[in-house]
Amino acid sequence: MGLAYYPGCTLKTRARNLEEPAVASMEALGLKLDEVPRWNCCGAVYSLADDDLIHQVAPVRNLIRAKEQGKDELVTLCAFCFNTLKRANLLMKEDAEKRNTINSFMNEEVDYSGEVKVVHLLEVLRDEIGWEALSQKVKLPLRELKAAPYYGCTLLRPREVAIDSVENPTILREFLKALGASPVDFPESARCCGSYQVISSPGDISEYARPILNSALSHGAEALVLTCPLCDYNLGRGQKELAKKQSEFREMPLFYFTQLLALALGLGPQACHFELNHGNPESLLREKNLLSQGESVQPIGGQR
Amino acid sequence: MTKKVFVTISPKKSRREFVKKVKELSGQNLQLCYQCGMCTGNCPAAANMDISPRRIIELARLGLEEDIAGSRTVWTCASCLACTVNCPRGFDLSKMMEAIRLLTLRKNIDRLRPEDIPSEERCDLPQIAMVSGLRKFTG
Amino acid sequence: MNTKQTKKKSAATAVKHRAKNPAATAVKEKRQIAARLIPIYIMGKRYEVPEGLTIMKAMEYAGYILIRGCGCRGGTCGACGTVYRKPGDYKLQVALACQKTVEPDMYIAQIPFFPANRALYDFAVLTAAPEEVFKLYPEMFRCVACNSCTKACPQGIEVMDAISALKQGNISEAAQLSFDCIQCGLCTSRCFGELAQYHMLQLARRIYGAKIVPRAEHLAEMVKAVNEGRYDRFLDELKQAKEDELKKLYQEREVEPMAAGEDWKPKDTRYL
Repeated sequence: MGLAYYPGCTLKTRARNLEEPAVASMEALGLKLDEVPRWNCCGAVYSLADDDLIHQVAPVRNLIRAKEQGKDELVTLCAFCFNTLKRANLLMKEDAEKRNTINSFMNEEVDYSGEVKVVHLLEVLRDEIGWEALSQKVKLPLRELKAAPYYGCTLLRPREVAIDSVENPTILREFLKALGASPVDFPESARCCGSYQVISSPGDISEYARPILNSALSHGAEALVLTCPLCDYNLGRGQKELAKKQSEFREMPLFYFTQLLALALGLGPQACHFELNHGNPESLLREKNLLSQGESVQPIGGQR
Repeated sequence: MTKKVFVTISPKKSRREFVKKVKELSGQNLQLCYQCGMCTGNCPAAANMDISPRRIIELARLGLEEDIAGSRTVWTCASCLACTVNCPRGFDLSKMMEAIRLLTLRKNIDRLRPEDIPSEERCDLPQIAMVSGLRKFTG
Repeated sequence: MNTKQTKKKSAATAVKHRAKNPAATAVKEKRQIAARLIPIYIMGKRYEVPEGLTIMKAMEYAGYILIRGCGCRGGTCGACGTVYRKPGDYKLQVALACQKTVEPDMYIAQIPFFPANRALYDFAVLTAAPEEVFKLYPEMFRCVACNSCTKACPQGIEVMDAISALKQGNISEAAQLSFDCIQCGLCTSRCFGELAQYHMLQLARRIYGAKIVPRAEHLAEMVKAVNEGRYDRFLDELKQAKEDELKKLYQEREVEPMAAGEDWKPKDTRYL
């Protein structure tokens, strides 16, 4: 019994290290991720204008794909896409006039009125598997790795899409505890990484990263745990620039939550693609005895 | 970053049409704001803005279109929604920021050209960065 | 004069003629029925053209001399992209003028050319990485998946899906989906994001063909054999043969049968 799954463009190229461990883990947990056929880019951001319907077409089309598969739930990994798909879905559910216009514009597709529920994988792990059951499947507990959960914006804002409490989220903490890690909460865990400002003001990215990373480091974090490829890029690039500017600034490994999941389930580093990670995860993983003798991770050379 | 401290308010500068369009596009009641400053306090980009988010709301409802157009604020906004979830009056500032951006973009005035993004970065950037950025900065 | 009146008039004339020469009248009646005229609107102006003609021939019948927007006349070159509507229907239809036959009350306009951004690149140095396309056509990310391009394609290509594949970094899929593209440009003319889909997809097909598809080994071997001179002697023999000899050789040549198996060999194995 597979779950309808929407990857998003980035997971097929730059963020293979978010997707592949997820696919392997969910297979191991008995809830296979089935990519919906003929999916298209969701548009990345939800259109915030009241009269703008054309930008709803892209996410709604993907929801229709899930509906056509007879599924009532669509699972996403990329937090950015999750937000867009869920907000578009709410629009189709709640606004009859816009729903009718969008449906009649997309007359080559079946009509859609919000029948599919959009969920993030963390919700599936919490609500359909449960932390207790997950911890029992753990073969390689993460040896109290001091992992700081970083939520970013899109999983918690606006309130109507939040997968957890907006002010005091705990979902990633519980996830990490179930895997045997030692979650490190810090105040800036939902502070924006800069998002799309990276293309217009790339020089600002290190200043977006600074308060986040400083806060995590000062609370004792050894690594950051992420859910979004853009946060990964911005924080990875930001911390590199900070390290150049200040010699005492320490870069730290950035992990996707799915990589830690796959590692803890005993699927081995080969399922995780750590070579695509920022901040040199290998030395930390070795230090924590999470890589066995023969295993290795080759970090990407130079250009980042 | 030079912060603009003084703005001259004058009925001559006030554009009713602008206020009307901002209200329509954002779907927000601009009168809700009581200028408490929670939005500016929570904004991760406020340090990079010349006019704070709180002041932009005031300028918008006074119709001071030119002062807003002359500032970087709406283009520095990252749509993180920290303002929206923290506003005690339930005002969705992210939608007002978008409305103001669109009023320029829909006149076919882009903020950025795709070719301005350095070539090596186009290979490196995740697709979501390119798609979202071009959505916010081009029309 | 509308079609109904034309018919009445011919019927009246037909009756008059029948009295004089029945055989000739029958032939003339047949010819008139075969050449039934229907109205079409070319750039808003009404013309009556014989039904059964293609749009292109109908335009020429109406007196247009086509020096642009006209090419192979065989549905392959993409020069004659045409947009049309039927009365009372808001839907836009597309066709190739050289392929589509006229329908009554068609409102047509041709799009022989549409300005489209074409990146400059040195193909020899491109790799097969998807990032090459991101670099050359960053405006590709302005696509909003509205599907207008697919609706505008006279070849029935799923253009949106092909661009979607490109955004996902899947050059092979984009190349295969856009195989039938004839570069007519109708997609670009309708694109919300101002993408030049046909240029982007052409780049995908070029990369796919030159850098992704595995090389045919037997072709490389054959080229090597030719360059090493294995066939020089036989070619020289042919060059020196007299006309009669050549004719005989040609008429008596052996052709591999359609249903030949893997191990079929010709009777004359000298050239193998």
